[in-house]
Amino acid sequence: MSIWNKHQFFEKNTPWLMVGILIAVAIGGIVEIAPQFWLKSTIEKVDGMRPYTPLELAGRDVYIREGCYLCHSQQIRPMRDEIERYGHYSLAAESMYDHPFQWGSKRTGPDLARVGGKYSDEWHRAHLIDPRSVVPASIMPGYPFLADARIDARSMKPRLETLATAGVPYTEEQMDNAAADFRAQADPNSDDVDAFLERWPEAVVRDFDGDPKRVTELDAVIAYLQMLGTLVDFDVYDNQANQR
Amino acid sequence: MAHAATARPPKIMTLEEGLYAGFLAVLALFCLLVAGKAHDTPMSVHGVMGAAMAFIGLFLIVKHYLERPYEPVPQEIGGLPNYNMGPVRFATIAAVFWGVAGFAAGVYIAFQLAFPVLNFDLSFLSFGRLRPLHTSAVIFAFGGNVLIGTSLYVVQRTSRVRMLGEITPWVVVLGYNAFIVIAATGYLMGVTQSKEYAEPEWYADLWLTIVWVLYLVVFAGTVMRRRESHIYVANWFYLAFIITIAMLHIINNLTIPVSVFSSKSYIAWSGVQDAMIQWWYGHNAVGFFLTAGFLAIMYYFVPKRAERPIYSYRLSIVHFWALIFLYIWAGPHHLHYTSLPQWASTLGMTFSVMLWMPSWGGMINGLMTLSGAWDKLRTDPVIRMLVVSIAFYGMSTFEGPLMSVRAVNSLSHYTDWTIGHVHSGALGWVGFISFGAIYCLVPWLWNKKELYSLRLVNWHFWTATIGIVLYITSMWVSGILQGLMWRAYNDFGFLEYSFIETVEAMHPFYVIRALGGVLFLIGGLIMAFNVWMTIRAGEAVDVEAAAPAPAAA
Repeated sequence: MSIWNKHQFFEKNTPWLMVGILIAVAIGGIVEIAPQFWLKSTIEKVDGMRPYTPLELAGRDVYIREGCYLCHSQQIRPMRDEIERYGHYSLAAESMYDHPFQWGSKRTGPDLARVGGKYSDEWHRAHLIDPRSVVPASIMPGYPFLADARIDARSMKPRLETLATAGVPYTEEQMDNAAADFRAQADPNSDDVDAFLERWPEAVVRDFDGDPKRVTELDAVIAYLQMLGTLVDFDVYDNQANQR
Repeated sequence: MAHAATARPPKIMTLEEGLYAGFLAVLALFCLLVAGKAHDTPMSVHGVMGAAMAFIGLFLIVKHYLERPYEPVPQEIGGLPNYNMGPVRFATIAAVFWGVAGFAAGVYIAFQLAFPVLNFDLSFLSFGRLRPLHTSAVIFAFGGNVLIGTSLYVVQRTSRVRMLGEITPWVVVLGYNAFIVIAATGYLMGVTQSKEYAEPEWYADLWLTIVWVLYLVVFAGTVMRRRESHIYVANWFYLAFIITIAMLHIINNLTIPVSVFSSKSYIAWSGVQDAMIQWWYGHNAVGFFLTAGFLAIMYYFVPKRAERPIYSYRLSIVHFWALIFLYIWAGPHHLHYTSLPQWASTLGMTFSVMLWMPSWGGMINGLMTLSGAWDKLRTDPVIRMLVVSIAFYGMSTFEGPLMSVRAVNSLSHYTDWTIGHVHSGALGWVGFISFGAIYCLVPWLWNKKELYSLRLVNWHFWTATIGIVLYITSMWVSGILQGLMWRAYNDFGFLEYSFIETVEAMHPFYVIRALGGVLFLIGGLIMAFNVWMTIRAGEAVDVEAAAPAPAAA
């Protein structure tokens, strides 16, 4: 009997009820979230990982804008069928520069964590413009408007700078030349390609949308899709390196 | 107004009126500045909209000031509290409106998954933009207005006092709906953070933070000036809901705008950390928005409508503290087998299974409140709706822990089973308890004897129930089927199905699901008609009977 009467303290005392609630709901989050910022397995460094180039980042922003993550995950689980279907299971390091993460929660379409290099640029173009032209049973929406949407190259520098504030290690050079690099990556004939490759040694320069004259959202999205999951070389990846 | 001619000292603007008027004037100018210098089209559209809404708010405050009597609003009339029900009425109507809109958006995107031609190759009609519109419309617009409306009603009744503030409650209700409008139009223009159930961009989040703090001030302030010695149990749940949502919202939306003039921002953390924080938020949006808040509704409206006391006071204490403490841990069960460390998802799973107990504690407390009044299930369709919602609550809080178990989750994750589970909770529990509360509230708020038609409530109940059954059974089948097809191997040791074959197999279930949604939407339309007719044509309570108000707590 007596212990139940003790609860009257909360029932008669609004501030203490609120403090009690706050303490009760704070504990779980602190225990689960805080360690993720210092555990070795969640902040591991893996060879090959680099921040997105301006063009890839623009594509990623379009991917986010169109809500692609609602139907496509980017997180391969370590099960036989997933590894055979999609490739090596996803590493924490592979999304270390993803603000925000794009792991998704639903596979109405297939996982895209390692879609890079699996299809040609031409296939992606046809598929994004009219999915059913290449996959007749597809239920994906068509995105023909991407082919006509130009991106202002000058908008890239502030985006890189913002990400740098959030901790992405963009160099001063990369940020200052964001607009030129943005254009150069989609135009193999550009004079800026060499400088681009100097700043982004591992990046791929291609005319992604088949129209070298202008950089469209279609260029950007395909550049992003084609690099997904390609940065880490799993022939040399040591999965014991981060074990304690 | 009669007082105009007589010589009196000038009417003084209250501090509350003055502060809000000044704030809205500054906000309107700032929004115009942003609209003019915006880096992208959505931002200039939102700047103009923000300015327009701030001007409307300013106009309403000035109008209120000019038209109100000289004296402050009486806190009591004839010894009874002078309840402030205007904001509650607005939220109730808004809930009905947003509910129907959100169900309609859901039906549309359900048909898109069955018939992709419905995307029409248009950006603003594509599934990826409409899906957050649907989820936000039902969770935050419909559910949020139900929660704000009922909480402001319940807290006044159970504290037997007029709620705190005159302008502030209106700022909360109208400001919250302004947030909804900004969020919804943003989705159509592609403005999204891509964090599920937290899609609105930084400026909408900032505005919601202001509104939410004011909501806490109004709610807690009203509790603190109560005329009852004890805080009623429903208010514990409302407080837990408001405080926890504030914590989750602020932390999950810590983001860096590209510029004040840009609608784009990047979230402060990345990868694993962002995933952990997102699902800590995401699952507790379920736990505190869609569960704790609606349990508060249960704790007021079920006993009220059944005219029976709550089954067990002790059970409510135990299950309240257990529920809020355990729920917050459950998030990482969304991240089984991902790059998140296994200990974290195991903790999420363990607490999810433990959570089953306080969840069913709440269910038992709600259902057993009908002890001695079970006959009302036959005669009162509103009670039936409330009781069936508690039954759905019990069912989905059993299914949830089951799906959080790693082995089950390996099959169910990424499939429609999750979608079905969400909807058994959202349509069955949240939807039905909201409908029940709205059916109780409307006659009380507009001083009507009864609803326009109980038969229509009955129709609503059955169409919606059949709709839910179609929805969740089709999603069970499609989810489990697709999960099994993904992992199926043939005799030669190769994967049996290509991905697109599993997509094709979903088609019939997507059609059935959409039809279930249509039935649920029809139910919502029946409710909207019934509410409209009750307000327009319902039989008024005669004045003498009204004095001891029909729902006096």
